[in-house]
Amino acid sequence: MSNAVSVAGGESFGGVIQVADAGVTGMVTVRGDLASAAMKKAVKAATGLAVPAARQVTQKDDAAVAWMSPDELMIICAYDSADKMVAALEKSLGNAHALAVNVSDARAHFTLTGAAVREVLAKGSPADLAPAALPVGEMRRTRLGQIAVAFWLPEEGQAELICFRSVGKFVWDWLNVTAKDDVPGYF
Amino acid sequence: MSKRLPFGGRLIDWTREIKFSFNGAEMEGRPGDTLASALLANDQVLVGRSFKYHRPRGIVASGPEEPNALMNLGEGPTFEPNARATTTELFDGLKARSQNHWPSLEFDVGAINASFPLAFPAGFYYKTFISPRPAWKHIYEPFIRKAAGLGEAPEAEERDADRYEYFYAHADVMVVGGGIAGLTAALAAAKSGSRVLLMEQSAHWGGRAPVDGVEIDGKPADKWIAEAVDDLSKMPNVRMRLRMMGAGIYDHGFALGYERLSDHESADGMLRHRLWRIRAKRIITATGAIERPLSFAGNDVPGVMLASAVRDYAVNYGVGVGKRVVIATNNDDAYRTALVLKDAKVEVPCIIDARPNPTGALVEKARAAGIPVLAGKAVSTAYGGKRLTSVGLCSQDGDGRKTAEYDCDALAMSGGWSPVVHLWSHCGGKLTWDADTAMFRPNHDAAPLGADGNGFVIAAGTADGEMRTAATLANAHAAGLRAAEEAGATALSDDAGPEGTDIDEGPMLPVWQMPAAMSKKAMLKTWLDYQNDVKVSDVRLAAREGFESVEHTKRYTTLGMATDQGKLSNINGLAILADSLGADIPAVGTTTFRPPYHPISMGAIAGEARGDIFKPMRRSPMHDWIDANGGFWEPVADWRRPYCFQKPGETVKDAVTREILAVREKVGLLDASTLGKIIVKGPDAGKFLDMLYTNMMSTLKVGRCRYGLMCSENGFLSDDGVVARLDKDTFLCHTTSGGSDRIHAWMEEWLQTEWWDWQVYTVNVTEQYAQIGVVGPNARMVLEKMGTRMDLSAEGLPFMAFKDGEIGGIKARPYRISFSGELSYEVAVPANQGQAFWDKALETGAEFGITPYGTEALHVMRAEKGFIMIGDETDGTVIPQDLGLNWAISKKKEDFLGKRAQQRSFLTDPNRWKLVGLETVDPQVVIPDGAYAVDGAVRDNGVKNMIGRITSTYFSPTLNRSIAMGLVERGPDRMGEVITFTNPGGEEIAAKIVDPVFLDKEGERQNV
Repeated sequence: MSNAVSVAGGESFGGVIQVADAGVTGMVTVRGDLASAAMKKAVKAATGLAVPAARQVTQKDDAAVAWMSPDELMIICAYDSADKMVAALEKSLGNAHALAVNVSDARAHFTLTGAAVREVLAKGSPADLAPAALPVGEMRRTRLGQIAVAFWLPEEGQAELICFRSVGKFVWDWLNVTAKDDVPGYF
Repeated sequence: MSKRLPFGGRLIDWTREIKFSFNGAEMEGRPGDTLASALLANDQVLVGRSFKYHRPRGIVASGPEEPNALMNLGEGPTFEPNARATTTELFDGLKARSQNHWPSLEFDVGAINASFPLAFPAGFYYKTFISPRPAWKHIYEPFIRKAAGLGEAPEAEERDADRYEYFYAHADVMVVGGGIAGLTAALAAAKSGSRVLLMEQSAHWGGRAPVDGVEIDGKPADKWIAEAVDDLSKMPNVRMRLRMMGAGIYDHGFALGYERLSDHESADGMLRHRLWRIRAKRIITATGAIERPLSFAGNDVPGVMLASAVRDYAVNYGVGVGKRVVIATNNDDAYRTALVLKDAKVEVPCIIDARPNPTGALVEKARAAGIPVLAGKAVSTAYGGKRLTSVGLCSQDGDGRKTAEYDCDALAMSGGWSPVVHLWSHCGGKLTWDADTAMFRPNHDAAPLGADGNGFVIAAGTADGEMRTAATLANAHAAGLRAAEEAGATALSDDAGPEGTDIDEGPMLPVWQMPAAMSKKAMLKTWLDYQNDVKVSDVRLAAREGFESVEHTKRYTTLGMATDQGKLSNINGLAILADSLGADIPAVGTTTFRPPYHPISMGAIAGEARGDIFKPMRRSPMHDWIDANGGFWEPVADWRRPYCFQKPGETVKDAVTREILAVREKVGLLDASTLGKIIVKGPDAGKFLDMLYTNMMSTLKVGRCRYGLMCSENGFLSDDGVVARLDKDTFLCHTTSGGSDRIHAWMEEWLQTEWWDWQVYTVNVTEQYAQIGVVGPNARMVLEKMGTRMDLSAEGLPFMAFKDGEIGGIKARPYRISFSGELSYEVAVPANQGQAFWDKALETGAEFGITPYGTEALHVMRAEKGFIMIGDETDGTVIPQDLGLNWAISKKKEDFLGKRAQQRSFLTDPNRWKLVGLETVDPQVVIPDGAYAVDGAVRDNGVKNMIGRITSTYFSPTLNRSIAMGLVERGPDRMGEVITFTNPGGEEIAAKIVDPVFLDKEGERQNV
């Protein structure tokens, strides 16, 4: 899959924070009863990770499981292993009513780094991004300007941001403008 | 003569001078000046012309309430009209021009209007320009627009050189106003542990207190303020912003802050304004008060100013607004101005006090300083043209007969104070009239209510109607504690709060006009609203003409309109209205306070959304290639799709023709990635789709596709597309390009609200796939040559089937579906590899004549086949039966969305307009889109009787003739009939009703 390309071709730029196209990323949407034993077992078997609590992200090495809604998870993995991840989940879920689907190509993925990450995101997201309201390791589904996005901070000073692929370039351009300079220093 | 004094100037840098220009004249000011203080320091008292009469006008105020000193600032890409000189911080190189004058500020032709004050009474425009009607548009309005209006509009083709952005902030307690009340409230809330956001519209903390000489905790106000600011800035839970105005308060604790980051600097291209969108649990409005003018004849002559402003200019900027300054007042506060001026060695000939017996401590101090206090007196007239020369004295109780005249070049007036209740009122806070102090103050029993049912706005200090320092601080401290508690603080500060002291004041006397029994002639020269040239006589006339509601009077007279929204005129105007109506002031009430508090820039409202990021645009995986290869873009919902691919020198029409013929004769390549794709999975998925689609989906075999229609509950066609069954429990539903989000939401709504117990999950995978149509007689050869192990033959992959495999080394799912009527494969590949597949198809297909084609070729070809298009053949009022799609409406199903609705009498009416094909009698004439079919009859209202309309119309290169589809009354029953279509600007067009399938009725081209 050497000919697979992400929306900004893996580019990056530096402003008040560093913004990088994280490149192609494996993503699997899982819908189902998150409290069920079958789901817990399947997620554990496929990723080695537990089903996260509401709004949380569980993470280990190159895999992560993010809570997206009361009946939806997002598994993040290597791009090449997303189909295998789906197959593993389907096998493990068996007859349980659930849906696992590879959405790796449906998303753009950006990594934002720098002390002002929260400040830049707050130029477009109406969510409360104070550390107490959005702790490290918590997923936030929100918007950035006019675009639906989701992001989380795996550690302070770093945010992983995903959006739909078709608006990836728009979000990239938006970050180019808003991450240029001048943050209010609110957080 | 106004000039810099060897006195005061606490806010300016005495060590440095900076240059600026006014109407082209070079002037000098000092860092820390406002444009207004710098103009006054240069003896520039005349700063503009009034709106209606073009009367000379000077600076009246020292803050944002200024009505007169509106400036055009900057030039070209940094031009901004209507900037208040009083809130414009001076910087080196600032360029200002006065507004509303022609040809010059000193000599204005329009001022002739002022010679005939009776010529422009209230409602003048409404009364005068009513007839003849067309004259308004062609003569009156263009003339009035040229003569009147405030600032200039920026040049249409200029682009703002500056940048703007939003910022979303959350706080427990937001405090608007950084005066001593705001600081006190912020301290109380912050010490209780709340997250506090404190904002101040000016560049300085502390508000008026240092000018008014108050003491706090035994210290001069300046010192206490510095300490309070220092304390707050050290607290981790406090954020403080200067130059940020609380612009508006809205439902649910939402508020707007308008931050001006670089208006005080000259550099272009900087971030200029930031619009803060704030959610706060409680909002404290510590917004202070605004002084009211006095209403006497000639009160708009340059040099007549608010007493507080005269004091501000002396203390804050070291500017004396005149050599001899008369004071006119109805309260003690103006005496502070007299005393400041006396200290600054400015002559104060007298204090004209409307009260019969003023006695406060300040009055005594003034007397002791040797200033004559003329009790029970009034200003009969202020004299002067471009500058005040003298004031006449009369008795306040009398009819205005002049008893004495005082030479002076400035007059400091005070009619009392009005709390700034705007923000309290924005979201519904009510007011109560305080007769003792003659002011509206917040009614605590009718606060704006938040989501919890409790008041979420708390007025504090002077804004709450407390005019004395001690009471202001106690009020503000309590407000801070209350806000913190209501915002959830558990350990309230037990700090006692600061104690304030000031000089005792005697009672004020409400004075709404000077003198009380003012003559009618004087009323014509007594201004209520400077910015809109509304006089006492206008409001009294409006009352006589029946405008009893204050809201109506405002619109009729223009009192309180335009950029200052009546900050000075509001209370005086409604007091005159109340007097004219013989009613109490509270019974007349106020006009409605609406956000923003002061005008905010258009740039701030737009924020970062301009240029490339003005509006979201969705791009397909092949977007860049299409853009670089002649793609002629058209918007399809938020997507861009190529209408056609233009070659150099080729017209759009020729490109479309070339593309159609290439597809019909060889092979075309289509980017269909924008089609919606939704996975529907679960044991009940079949049952669910049977409800959503009009036809049966549960019987679809795995590996096969079926075209389906979706209707709203009202039976109207809403979307269409091909459904593929991936496995027993899993379907993939294609939607229209514009429909993917809407249909996904539609599915989720039914699943979450009505059929919550059905076992179905959906995921929108629209963007997972690049979907590439390889279409035309050579399509199979191209795909086979690209390399695949899949059997793509007619038997191996028949029409309306799909397979999973690889093509050209890329994971691919070809669907044998056709919107063109040709042999067609729509190949879904991972979006990230869409461009790679496209490139391979082009390369491999070259020898087969492969041609990329756009949406117009797609549209023409589907019309040749009689296929409908959602949005062309449908418009929200069309049911499938209208389009002859009865074959796609299941009669076996007990129910589906829209079924019952389609049985309503109107929808089963045999006279409904129904889909037919149309062939023009002249095959080269194309009927205009949307044209109506007419039968020659004329309706009662004089309109031609319409019996149908065109929904799609093209020239078909394949058939070398014009083709169209339309909805015609009983159309399918009228095959062969020739009917007439309207053609605006040309002759009516005759067309024959035919079957809508123009090409290959048997479907032989696609079944190969």
